[in-house]
Amino acid sequence: MKEPMNHSIRELIAEKSTRRTKWAEIMMPKFFLLCAIISILTTIGIVLTLFSETFSFFREVSILEFITSAEWYPLHNDPSYGIRPLITGTLVIAAIAMCIAIPIGLATAIYLSEYATDKTRRTIKPILEVLAGIPTIVYGFFALTFVTPLLQRFIPDVSIYNALSPGLVVGIMIIPMVASLSEDAMSAVPRSMREGAFALGSTRFEVAVKVVLPAALSGVIASFVLAVSRAIGETMIVTVAGGSNPTTSLDVTSAVQTMTAYIVQISLGDAGYGTTEYYSIYAVGMTLFIFTLLMNVLAHFISKRFREVY
Amino acid sequence: MKAINDTTAQSYPKTQKRSSLSGREIKNKLFKSLFIGATAFSLLVLLVLLVQIFTQGIPYLNWNFFTSFPSRHAEEAGILSAFVGTIWMMAVTAPVSFVLGVGTAIYLEEYAKKNRFTQLIQMNISNLAGVPSIVFGLLGLTIFVRELALGRSVLAGGLTMSLLILPIIVVAAQEAIRAVPGELKEASFAMGATKWQTTYRIVLPAALPGILTGNILALSRAIGETAPLIMIGALTYVAFLPEGLLSQFTVMPIQIYNWTGRPQEEFHFVAAAGIMVLLVMLLLMNSVAVWIRNKFQKRF
Amino acid sequence: MIAEKAPKQMQEEVKAEEKIVYRAEQLNLWYGEDQALKNIDMDIQENEVTAIIGPSGCGKSTYIKTLNRMTEMIPIVRTSGRVYYRNENIFDKKYKVEELRTKVGMVFQKPNPFPKSIYENVVYGPKIHGIKDKKLLDEIVERSLKGAALWDEVKDRLKENAFGLSGGQQQRLCIARCLAVEPDVILMDEPTSALDPISTLKIEELVQELKENYSIVIVTHNMQQAGRISDKTAFFLNGEVVEYDNTDTMFSSPQDKRTEDYISGRFG
Repeated sequence: MKEPMNHSIRELIAEKSTRRTKWAEIMMPKFFLLCAIISILTTIGIVLTLFSETFSFFREVSILEFITSAEWYPLHNDPSYGIRPLITGTLVIAAIAMCIAIPIGLATAIYLSEYATDKTRRTIKPILEVLAGIPTIVYGFFALTFVTPLLQRFIPDVSIYNALSPGLVVGIMIIPMVASLSEDAMSAVPRSMREGAFALGSTRFEVAVKVVLPAALSGVIASFVLAVSRAIGETMIVTVAGGSNPTTSLDVTSAVQTMTAYIVQISLGDAGYGTTEYYSIYAVGMTLFIFTLLMNVLAHFISKRFREVY
Repeated sequence: MKAINDTTAQSYPKTQKRSSLSGREIKNKLFKSLFIGATAFSLLVLLVLLVQIFTQGIPYLNWNFFTSFPSRHAEEAGILSAFVGTIWMMAVTAPVSFVLGVGTAIYLEEYAKKNRFTQLIQMNISNLAGVPSIVFGLLGLTIFVRELALGRSVLAGGLTMSLLILPIIVVAAQEAIRAVPGELKEASFAMGATKWQTTYRIVLPAALPGILTGNILALSRAIGETAPLIMIGALTYVAFLPEGLLSQFTVMPIQIYNWTGRPQEEFHFVAAAGIMVLLVMLLLMNSVAVWIRNKFQKRF
Repeated sequence: MIAEKAPKQMQEEVKAEEKIVYRAEQLNLWYGEDQALKNIDMDIQENEVTAIIGPSGCGKSTYIKTLNRMTEMIPIVRTSGRVYYRNENIFDKKYKVEELRTKVGMVFQKPNPFPKSIYENVVYGPKIHGIKDKKLLDEIVERSLKGAALWDEVKDRLKENAFGLSGGQQQRLCIARCLAVEPDVILMDEPTSALDPISTLKIEELVQELKENYSIVIVTHNMQQAGRISDKTAFFLNGEVVEYDNTDTMFSSPQDKRTEDYISGRFG
């Protein structure tokens, strides 16, 4: 026979468990599933929104004009909607940005993963995180009020709004991204591979460039592609410092307009709901979305497809 | 002839080896300094940026700046409405994104079966993370402002921001939940606890520091975002405070954008002062996040 | 020798029928393609300590984890056969696994207290099963900690985090956590393998005391431990029960050559 108290606890529990309502067991999983579905709905919402409003746009503007025309004058009396100038502006800025971000980002990654001591790494990485966490409007302010005047001092042709300054600053903005993603890829290369090369008498630089970098190449390239995607989607820096002059010219000293900057320009203006201008931001947004989506998928593909098996 | 070849073959490589080693060492040193230089470049830029902003902003940063509405005169301009607007927006974004993000993470980590649907959700989340913020603005404009007729309101802006930072929160929460040791869950299940009891009483408390850190970092991203709110139609000149969720509003980054766009140089200084407020706010939030991370890091 | 024992054994079996806690019939278990348990037929008696011994990978841990269906936590596990707990098949679709685990407590290989206070660790079970009365909970804490021979060491710091306890104390806390819901059976999966000799001794003494009120199944890789504390011992090898008998009988005159080899330390 057991102590009577023991029985009372066991019986109490048995009694409570038959009475207990299990609504949480049934409802909570459903609620969590709902939360998860909202993330899917967000994507569907984005695609549907862009599609339907872009469709409205193409009812008024021919898709052929949109793709082939080299002129983007939506606010003229005789408007012209050729996306090429906006794409050119976007790509010019992205290209300048990558010229900064790739060498500096990669060099930073190599330094952090191959040369730096643990202590240095622990100091520098948070600083890079700070750099990555600075709002883009702050970078935009920096581009307009510091970088542009600085450039003007060296290159007199540079106008107040130009492609060069925001391009450089976008590049600076994405350095941390390239550095941290590339460093992750390089740190994942097993120590044994490095040791093998060191044992053969290689210098640190040779190990970094001939062993680690090739082994981490897919991750490094994926980081470049993601950075391009980020540069293409960047808005405030180019809006503040790039100007609003849609052009197919490759002159980096004069004003340009990117896809993102155009969307902002129209949003700030008084383009009424239902006008062609209003719909045009969706067509441009759609183009932007497709560009970045392709880049992201490509990056995913590169890092998955060519993932080294150590 | 053959003999000569042999001797050169023996002696020549030696000297070449020695000279090339020193060449290689020089190369190593040279590139090392290049790499250090590249790393230092980022730090230098950060320094210049901060110095530039602080030297311009400090003269304008006084008590009036915090208590005044924007003005046509740079000396009288203040950040009050933008600051309050940011707080209002956060009051919507923080709870909504927390519930949605953590809910999604719990679903994926604790409940979801390993099937295609789960993979789809997971892939979808990493894709959303790569969508430019301005596209979220287009979504918010169409769905929240127009379709749901919320207007250009705090609520519309807050909801748009919630969706924007959702992927960051989900991924951080998933990592935190995954880091909870399996033994704890086992112990709870072995006591006869149900899945929800185990999740609620064991997993969530243990994962909370990581979840909070991720949330704060995500919110600090939302505080600095400008483009989506311009799309939503958050105003650039607001001389009133929001009175409710359906009021019109502005936020700090938009106010800063507005000042930056003015031709008068004094307004650039006001913008710098605004940036200082924004940066200090972000710094505080990040410090809290890091503090939470460090305080609770070594618990298991 | 077997013939001599038979009539007496039969009598005992009739009496024992009511006192059987667990009965496994043709229990098989696979991890994916690998079979970990093969045709297990085994009864566990009430208020006894049943030790499960055998070399690593013999299925002893797997067996004990099927008794409270913890094996379900691993998605690739498949089982066949029947396991009766108090005459109910626990693999039955309608059988509520939470109820089973409430009545059958488990102590794990590595002490796994929750990252909560000592007090909260003990009341975890009662709380999830709906007991909210503060006075009753206080009572349960004191009784369970006393039952686990931990009360005197921790009574002044019940609000402190359980992670501050030593390994042996943590394991006794885990036992107290089990006792708090007054289970019927306690399963112990190598409870002393991560502990020092003194803590091990304390747990062994505790097991002896607990058997007054509970049925205990204990997995151990330590044969001496099985000899010291158990009433019955089962020897597992390659997923099969090679021999299952009274501990004294098994250690003094094992029937199977393989048992003898294992006990005398020739392998494992």
